[in-house]
Amino acid sequence: MTIGLGHYLSVAAILFTLGIFGIFLNRKNVIIILMSIELILLAVNINLVAFSTHLGDIVGQIFALLVLTVAAAEAAIGLAILVVFFRNRGTIAVEDINLMKG
Amino acid sequence: MIAAAFFYLFAGILVASAFMVIASKNPVHSVLYLILAFVNAAGLFVMMGAEFLAMILVVVYVGAVAVLFLFVVMMLDVDFAELKKGVLQYLPVGLLLGGIFLAELLLVVGSWVIGPGVPKAITAPIPTGISNTEAIGLVLYTKYVYFFQISGMILLVAMIGAIVLTLRHKERVKRQNISAQNARTPEMSMQVVKVRQGQGLGSNALGSNSVDANSTGSAS
Repeated sequence: MTIGLGHYLSVAAILFTLGIFGIFLNRKNVIIILMSIELILLAVNINLVAFSTHLGDIVGQIFALLVLTVAAAEAAIGLAILVVFFRNRGTIAVEDINLMKG
Repeated sequence: MIAAAFFYLFAGILVASAFMVIASKNPVHSVLYLILAFVNAAGLFVMMGAEFLAMILVVVYVGAVAVLFLFVVMMLDVDFAELKKGVLQYLPVGLLLGGIFLAELLLVVGSWVIGPGVPKAITAPIPTGISNTEAIGLVLYTKYVYFFQISGMILLVAMIGAIVLTLRHKERVKRQNISAQNARTPEMSMQVVKVRQGQGLGSNALGSNSVDANSTGSAS
C-alpha cells in the first residue's frame, strides 16, 4: 500500500491528541506542559508539511518554518519564566501560581 | 514498500516516544523521549520531501530547545515525585477528552476532500529540478521576506526577554564599578590631619576617624 496524505494526517492527529492528553495528565508539572505544547506544535508542523507536499505548494513549508521559530522563542521565554518563578517561590507546581489571582 | 515500512517505523517510534514524554516519571527521561520524537519527526519530514525543514528540526529542536529543557530540568531542584502525585486523579477526564478529540480528528481525516478551487489558489508551486533548500530560499527571501524579518524580531525579543528575566545581581558579590573608580580623587581617599604635639586629636575632632584619633591620642 502506498503512503498518502491521510497517513501523515493521522499521525499528526494522534500526536496532537497526545499533547493535549499530556497537558491534562501532568497538570502540576509546568515542564511537562511545555513539552506537550512542543508536541502540539510539532503536530501542526507535520500537517503543514504534509499538505505542502500533497498540494505541491512550498508556502506550507515556509509557514512551518515560522511556526518552528515561534515555538523556539516560546520555549525560551517559558523556561526563563519558569526559572524566575522557581527562584522566587521554590516550587514549579501549577496550583501555586496564583499571585495574579487578585 | 520500503517507503511504507519506513513510514510505519518513524510514525510508530514517534507516537510511542510522544506517549513516553507525557507518561514517564522522570522529567529527564521525558526530555530524552522528546528528542527521540523530534528525530523521528525529522525522518517523516525527509519522507515527505521537506529535507531542509527536517534538518532545521534536528538543529533547532534537538540541538537547542531540548538541551534548554534538559538544562532547566537538571538545574531546578524540584521534587518531581511530589508533582506526579495527582496524576491518576486527572486520568479519566484526560482520557475522555483526548478520546473525543482523537475520534473527531480521525473522522475529519477519514472524510475530507480538497476543494476544487484549491489547486488554482497555489501561490508558489514546488519547482522541479532544484533542491528543497533552494526552492524554500527562492520564496522565503523574495515573497515572504517580511515574515522572515518578523521571525527574526521574534527571536531577538525572546533572547532579550530571557536574558532580562533571568539575569540577577547578587548582593554579596563584589563587582568592579569603573566609573566610580575613574571619578575617584585624592581628596576622597586621603585625609591629612594636623596633630598638635602632646595633645593628640581629641575624641570629637574627627567624626569618622574617631577610632584612629583615639588610638593616636592614647599613644601620645
